[in-house]
Amino acid sequence: MNVATDWALPLVWAQQSELDSIPWLKWIIVLAVVFFGIFPGIVAYMVWGERKVAGRFQDRIGPNRVGPFGLLQPIADAIKLITKEDIVPRTADQWVHLLAPVMILVSAFLVLPVIPFGLGLAAVNPPSGLIYLIAVSSISALGIFLAGWSSRNKYSLLGAMRAVAQLVSYEVPQVMSVIPVILWTGSLSMVAIFDRQVEYGWFIFSPPGLLAFILLTIANIAEVNRTPFDLPEAESEIIAGYHTEYSGMRFGLFFLAEYLSVFAVSCLGTAVFLGGGTLPWPFTGEPVVTLGSGQGLLSLILVNLPLIGIFMAKVGLYVFLMFWIRCTLPRLRVDQLMSFAWKVMVPLSIINVFIAALWYEFVFRPGRPNYLLGWGVTAPLVLISVIVVLSIYKAQMKADLAASPTSRRRIATAN
Amino acid sequence: MIIYNYVFIGMLLLGAIGFAMAPVIVMGILGPKKRSKSKSEIYECGLLTTGETWVRFRIQYYIYAIMFLVFDIETVFLYPWAAAYESLGLFALVEMVIFLLILAVGLVYAWAKGVLKWV
Repeated sequence: MNVATDWALPLVWAQQSELDSIPWLKWIIVLAVVFFGIFPGIVAYMVWGERKVAGRFQDRIGPNRVGPFGLLQPIADAIKLITKEDIVPRTADQWVHLLAPVMILVSAFLVLPVIPFGLGLAAVNPPSGLIYLIAVSSISALGIFLAGWSSRNKYSLLGAMRAVAQLVSYEVPQVMSVIPVILWTGSLSMVAIFDRQVEYGWFIFSPPGLLAFILLTIANIAEVNRTPFDLPEAESEIIAGYHTEYSGMRFGLFFLAEYLSVFAVSCLGTAVFLGGGTLPWPFTGEPVVTLGSGQGLLSLILVNLPLIGIFMAKVGLYVFLMFWIRCTLPRLRVDQLMSFAWKVMVPLSIINVFIAALWYEFVFRPGRPNYLLGWGVTAPLVLISVIVVLSIYKAQMKADLAASPTSRRRIATAN
Repeated sequence: MIIYNYVFIGMLLLGAIGFAMAPVIVMGILGPKKRSKSKSEIYECGLLTTGETWVRFRIQYYIYAIMFLVFDIETVFLYPWAAAYESLGLFALVEMVIFLLILAVGLVYAWAKGVLKWV
């Protein structure tokens, strides 16, 4: 192959006929309506929902002034943010300062097209869907660091360093906890993962699946920087962390990106473990199609309406779980945060990969699935590994506490 | 067929950049513009910032980054292994156990050396 053809390779991939067959108009409509209309709308009302829920948890009413039940609150907030003065510190790195929130928001948006909201109702279905999803969602760590670094504020920098340390630590268990799903499906495509669950039931209904789901949920909450993992923006310690120097709509972008990420990770959890839009009992559906395969978009949506409803209900419950945890738990200490990731989550997710392989042998291996034997072998294994890892962690914490110069026992004996 | 997916993702990427930039630009047009010297200072609880912010910081963060790299590359191996598990059979499972054991030894070593301890 000579240089000329090497350079021509991208053109070979995108052959003229293939580009001609792309339904540009349809895609632009999908983008404008779904991705830049419905999803931001959902996110805006998630903010409203969280304020209502948090209000109820704290024995308040929550927003109730703007419109009935405060329903117009998100619009009022948007208008307020957009008419603020645009203040950027003089000494900040102007371009990077602008680019950072854009990057975080883009990474939150890019997660969404591979999520199958119904039977074949994913905007795209690349064969590497899951790895693509995890790759783009980790771009946000970079954006957060750029935001903290470019502000030239010490609190921002501290927040950014904390954020990066936390995000990379929790990314390992997040990435590893979805390996059972890949193992059971034999594919990285999100649509294939969904189809497998239509066929075999939800992946959460197995001991390793349950453990993986719990690990994924904890890692998800840490990845979107929410309480109890909100150290990067701990108000009482470092003002607002990496977005201290952001005001008006620039801050609004961080806000939007955070809630869009919450929505995206909830969709991920629902799609890979909770069976997407299916009900727990078996269901026979239409053959799987995506936007590219030429079927009418409208009919696709109509067929999928009940599935979208169920999917959104599950996502709503998952998001509510996050709100609930936020209202219930206090913030962790930074050393607890890091050691929990490396000493509990990582070992458990590694062990879980092998328990999942066992489950595959009992249930998914072609032949008759043996659920009884599967549960009988994997459930005790999961229990034992959780107990062992947690007790080692606890003993370690105790030893650390005893060895620390400010421990209660030392002070007591000194007195 | 695959090109389909990435053309759509490319369109989404451009759209998302536009979606993010537009309100910031609108804010620049609509918002009040009352510049002042103290307003464009860095906000550190009302005190003037002292010293350089862009300094070198502690090694602890880099150690975690290195640990992350090790495990992230591990997952790059694990993903294809998991996707192809059905056809690989017992040999691949044993190999993966050995591979992960080596990494686990690394984690235990780091743990014993106190690398995972946040001081």
